[in-house]
Amino acid sequence: MHKWVLRFLGLSYLGVLLAAPVGLVFWRTFEHGFGPAWDAVTTPDAKHALTLTVLIAAIVVPANTVFGVICALAIVRRRFPGKGLVNALVDLPLALSPVVVGLAFLLLYSRNGWFGNWLTDHGIQVVFALPGMILVTIFVSLPFVVREVVPVLREIGIEQEQAAATLGASPFQTFRRVTLPAIRWAIGYGVVLTMARSLGEFGAVSVVSGHIVGKTETMTLQVQDRFQAFDYVGAYAGSVVLALLAIGTLLVMSLFKPKEATR
Amino acid sequence: MAIIGRSLTKRFGSFAALDDVSIEVPAGSLTALLGPSGSGKSTLLRVIAGLERPEAGTVELDGVDVSGQAAQKRGVGFVFQHYAAFKHMTVRENVAFGLRVRKRPRDEIRRRVDELLELVQIAGWADNYPAQLSGGQRQRMALARALAVEPKVLLLDEPFGALDARVRKDLRLWLRRLHDEMHVTTIFVTHDQEEAMEIADQIVLMNHGRVEQVGGPRDLYEEPANEFVMSFVGPVNRLGDSFVRPHDLELRNEPNGKTTPGTVERVVHLGFEVRVELVLEDGREAWAQVTREEADELNLTAGGTVFVRPRRTRVFESAN
Repeated sequence: MHKWVLRFLGLSYLGVLLAAPVGLVFWRTFEHGFGPAWDAVTTPDAKHALTLTVLIAAIVVPANTVFGVICALAIVRRRFPGKGLVNALVDLPLALSPVVVGLAFLLLYSRNGWFGNWLTDHGIQVVFALPGMILVTIFVSLPFVVREVVPVLREIGIEQEQAAATLGASPFQTFRRVTLPAIRWAIGYGVVLTMARSLGEFGAVSVVSGHIVGKTETMTLQVQDRFQAFDYVGAYAGSVVLALLAIGTLLVMSLFKPKEATR
Repeated sequence: MAIIGRSLTKRFGSFAALDDVSIEVPAGSLTALLGPSGSGKSTLLRVIAGLERPEAGTVELDGVDVSGQAAQKRGVGFVFQHYAAFKHMTVRENVAFGLRVRKRPRDEIRRRVDELLELVQIAGWADNYPAQLSGGQRQRMALARALAVEPKVLLLDEPFGALDARVRKDLRLWLRRLHDEMHVTTIFVTHDQEEAMEIADQIVLMNHGRVEQVGGPRDLYEEPANEFVMSFVGPVNRLGDSFVRPHDLELRNEPNGKTTPGTVERVVHLGFEVRVELVLEDGREAWAQVTREEADELNLTAGGTVFVRPRRTRVFESAN
């Protein structure tokens, strides 16, 4: 009895908060058939938004993965002054509202900002352009790989790495043959979270992008713009594309999952 | 290849794990680093391997100062208490690891690994993962992995510490036989004096980051340098200023002028050996180890009186 109550509570929670809204978006998208939805996501602006979103993710995910692994290794395996500060700073993007992040970058890089003057003088446009959007997306999705990898590194301990060293492996060989296989899964989960965050980022990108249709408009921004312009099918169709990207990421992830991890 | 450590000092915060330690391990020997936990024995082993950097002192392997070399370059085989098996690799891949990072030819690796798996008696498990092996098998795999690269010296850090008593006894005899075949200079760390005495040629007994005594098992037992050594390598009674082994306490039914009277508290029969717990005249407790026959002759009962004479005692200057 007890078991059924728990199960019911769990499923209704998921149903009301997760399945229903996502399901509704799908329903609304295809309410008038497949045609209008397809037309909405194949306009030149929609294609540009999709390309831009994927481009940003394609730059941000590898950058944060490499940084995340190095940072996690430093936090767990090294002792250096200011380590506590680094550890705390990594969490900052989780605590800070994305809008604040966007504003902060605007202050730094816009025409009168600290770096903005110098950059503008050298013909580099950061805000209201791709570089700024990439920078803020890196910022907001930075903690995920680090946070996934750190506990796994702690758990596997240092002995396997030391054993590899006594067997003559260089630090790089040790990393590639011993450490990396052990943290592969943590990296994978971190990548999925980073990917999800960079595909779906709205607040910070909204502030630094300037919403220039066909230039600096990502999928999320386009969904909002269309919604405000009463283009509901367009907005829902865009949402579905975003959701499919996320589901695709999860699927690719689970394809590579080893048998023991699903057990 | 001989191993020499000179004036090694290693601190962890304010704790001196090694306090000016010097040791010499003859080539081809099997040496035990023995001591209670926190005595610095594991730290010394790790310093020799290059896994810890000492604040002072040098390590020489076969006459070459390796103090500045990383573990990777020292050519030592190291076996960890908890195996440190590469979990994502099969037994075969684990053993092959050192050869693969050295880029040895494929068929040579295969041959050598097969040989080693045979040697450590886990050939039938080559394609299993470490998680599917018992503790004893895992440790033998770790040993094969260390031996694969033909190390100059073999260092074992409490190699049997995580195993149950039976497996432990089997494995240590097996290690001794293996050593007799291969003659690789070997140091193993243990806190178990029986283990050290059973298989080591030489024992380095450590306490509080210092070496208390170095010698063969018999030397340490018969000629202990101080009270700590005497009580660490075997049971001991204290009679006044002197120390005596329980088997060196002679029990008699009648006084003979050299004896002191004592009261039998308890008689414990342990098969061939009988342990007689006594309270002596001065109120001090002691116990004597006698054979079953001796105990029967003396007709010992709890509460009875016996007369005690130490056959051989030791007095240490630092006592009191």
